[in-house]
Amino acid sequence: MQLNSNVPSGPIAEKWDKHRFDMKLVNPANKRKYDVIIVGTGLAGASAAATMGELGYNVKAFTYHDSARRAHSIAAQGGINAAKNYQNDGDSVFRLFYDTVKGGDFRSREANVYRLAQISLNIIDQAVAQGVPFAREYGGLLANRSFGGAQVSRTFYARGQTGQQLLLGAYQALERQVGAGTVELSTRHEMMDVIVVDGVARGIVTRDLVSGGIESFTADAVVLATGGYSNVFFLSTNAKHCNVTATWRAHRRGAGFANPCYTQIHPTCIPPSGEYQSKLTLMSESLRNDGRIWVPKDAGDTRRARDIPEGERDYYLERFYPSFGNLSPRDIASRRAKEMVDSGHGVGELKNGVYLDFKDAIARLGRDAISERYGNLFEMYQKITGESPYETPMRIYPAPHYTMGGLWVDYDLMTNVPGLFAIGEANFSDHGANRLGASALMQGLADGYFVIPLTIGNYLARVPKKPIPTDHAAVKDTEREVKEKLDSLMAVNGSRTVDSFHIELGRLMWNACGMERSREGLEDALRRIPELREEFWRDVRVPGSAADLNQSLEKAGRVADFMEFAEVMCHDALTRDESCGAHYRVEHTTEDGEARRDDENFAHAAVWEFRGVGEAPVRHEEALVFENVQLSTRSYK
Amino acid sequence: MKLTLHVWRQSGPNDPGRHERYEADDVSEHMSFLEMLDVVNERLVGQGEEPIAFEHDCREGICGSCGMMINGVPHGPKTLTTACQLHMRSFRDGDEIWIDPWRATAFPVLKDLVVDRSGFDRIIASGGYISVRTGSAPDGNAIPVPKDNADAAFDAATCIGCGACVAACPNASAMLFTSAKVAHLAQVPQGQAERWDRVLAMVDRHDAEGFGNCTNHGACQTACPKGISIDYIAQLNRDLIRATLRARPVEAGRDA
Repeated sequence: MQLNSNVPSGPIAEKWDKHRFDMKLVNPANKRKYDVIIVGTGLAGASAAATMGELGYNVKAFTYHDSARRAHSIAAQGGINAAKNYQNDGDSVFRLFYDTVKGGDFRSREANVYRLAQISLNIIDQAVAQGVPFAREYGGLLANRSFGGAQVSRTFYARGQTGQQLLLGAYQALERQVGAGTVELSTRHEMMDVIVVDGVARGIVTRDLVSGGIESFTADAVVLATGGYSNVFFLSTNAKHCNVTATWRAHRRGAGFANPCYTQIHPTCIPPSGEYQSKLTLMSESLRNDGRIWVPKDAGDTRRARDIPEGERDYYLERFYPSFGNLSPRDIASRRAKEMVDSGHGVGELKNGVYLDFKDAIARLGRDAISERYGNLFEMYQKITGESPYETPMRIYPAPHYTMGGLWVDYDLMTNVPGLFAIGEANFSDHGANRLGASALMQGLADGYFVIPLTIGNYLARVPKKPIPTDHAAVKDTEREVKEKLDSLMAVNGSRTVDSFHIELGRLMWNACGMERSREGLEDALRRIPELREEFWRDVRVPGSAADLNQSLEKAGRVADFMEFAEVMCHDALTRDESCGAHYRVEHTTEDGEARRDDENFAHAAVWEFRGVGEAPVRHEEALVFENVQLSTRSYK
Repeated sequence: MKLTLHVWRQSGPNDPGRHERYEADDVSEHMSFLEMLDVVNERLVGQGEEPIAFEHDCREGICGSCGMMINGVPHGPKTLTTACQLHMRSFRDGDEIWIDPWRATAFPVLKDLVVDRSGFDRIIASGGYISVRTGSAPDGNAIPVPKDNADAAFDAATCIGCGACVAACPNASAMLFTSAKVAHLAQVPQGQAERWDRVLAMVDRHDAEGFGNCTNHGACQTACPKGISIDYIAQLNRDLIRATLRARPVEAGRDA
């Protein structure tokens, strides 16, 4: 497997500029001769499709939703970072770059992160021009707030619905191109496989989720914007349909999968209430700006929150990390919460949470100010739990949320399969081993609006234009394999539901490869996953027909891929014999329980090559070189 | 608690469809409405039957995928709440619950509770945007937007496109949906250049999709899980009249 990051030479601040000059361009009149497939219409996919449509490419976009507006980007609450320095508080492109590399625990590629920080400025401008109703001050200028892992206020927000407003902006831009005829959008179409011809990505096979029809689409390049894989844990903050299928299918066709074990646990979610729990709901991290996290000092204290006097509360984040306090990064806040619950200090009926208390903020700023900032989050919390955060502290607990790992891509966001690109959460490039809050929206839109529309031209201008007919042997073979897989899922006709398998896999992964990982636990999981997968293929029951709208079949295909993917995730966690960011190996901790990196042996991205189901995958490395940021131990004390 | 469900089952667009009765035992008050349906579906699959098809995704009230008539009310009995955010503490032991898909000519049923809402996308594609080419935007702070305008635009922009307004309306009108986008973009300075063309195009598309017109019943704003106000329809109508009557710039050099 060839892994050339293709990072341009020169000083980091000039790389992107230099690269834009060095790139080959596609002449405006020729752009319409190129077909580009984009899979997924979240922030990355919708912004990419809209922008490439504007540029004149012939874009075919696909989503499995009924509308492009449903993608899970819509649920992002807190905000989007940009180094605008509108607050005059010392922010700069370099500081955002530095914070992101440090927040990622020095496991990301410097050049990509620097470009992200540079582009962050343009994203805000673009979104404002589209009419995205960001929060504003009384003078009419944009407002900011601070977020975990940063000491400046650089986060732009639209109440607690920033993802919704940014996605609607991108969706509207996309629909404009659909109306203009530059983008052909297929809704309710799920990508089932990538078509690779002579080692080059040339199309996709889809399933029409209404008719069950299998169709092939060919193109000059394929862009995957298909999000992350947190649902491997079954319970996560992701939407129910989020899955690994598109990126996993690409991986099976030769694309390297980088750092699959980097999965982020979000510290502020609502704890589960029972066995039937279908997903976990995130409460924006921005709440940590004004909320104080605590547990009773006395394990086993069963009094109501309001009856516990100040002196008997342990504001543990403020105690451990005096300078960052409640705003310490996600991985640290999550592990400390788990520690509190594990040691019996948990709160709530099931003693499975910690308090996030707004009492002091309400006393200081008034109820109206708090309602202005977090009103919709408080309402959402009350709907789910029946409790009002104005009256009694929220209960929160960590949950799987975002996956930093993804398809390996070079500086142009192309995978090692020529013509196959990955953008947004689907790639691995910018967040290292841990993502800072309000950086996912930034990356999705940076990739979609400003990076891929240029870098794809650099690819297209270099390869010969050669159309692939839809009856080409490679197309037909891929189609046949897709049909065979669906038929075999239907044919099992066993006794267990798809969900029951997914729940079992999720529990196994949460215990072995969740917030904490150990050699013993991972080795055990690597024995059990193949057994569970074998049982799945022997005993799963998918009712109905493949030639129809069949939600059980949709789920079955996705869970089948999770069953394969889970294994490489554990291999990655096992072979990364260090702790870094969100990857926390119990064998590698400092004296006070923090992650201990091993830069000498692990300052690289691990990139996995597929060798067959049940075969051990091959591990490759891309060395990470830090020329602009000094490797140091993260300290938020 | 124990519940009796009467759920609309329809195998496809051409099947006439009918209600089927299901008993839901062991329902916890902490379950969401969709989790209650999950439990029913798990049992159906266990019995070798096809589960009830319904749309859902984020399950936190923001994606707009879910939506069904629950006892004749879009998204059920709790105001400002989507079906996924509705919890079973809103029901009582022994309740009978009737569950139907959205009913509207412009939202044909695809299967069970799943309908085709693509008309909404086509309304947006007809003009529900500000035309701004990527990269051509001025600095974000170049155009101050008074906080009141920004807040008002935000209130309109929170529409999740679920279709409850259409399902609630006796005319199956999508005016609340259309007006929310018109009002969002008409209230920010960036949206002024296309303001009049936008409202004309979107209303044309709305009508062409087969949605009915608004006769001020107000059922839509009651049903809306995001509290979108019917005042936006009044605002749309004002803009529509001004757009219709407005003097267009003289087009020079045209042949007579």
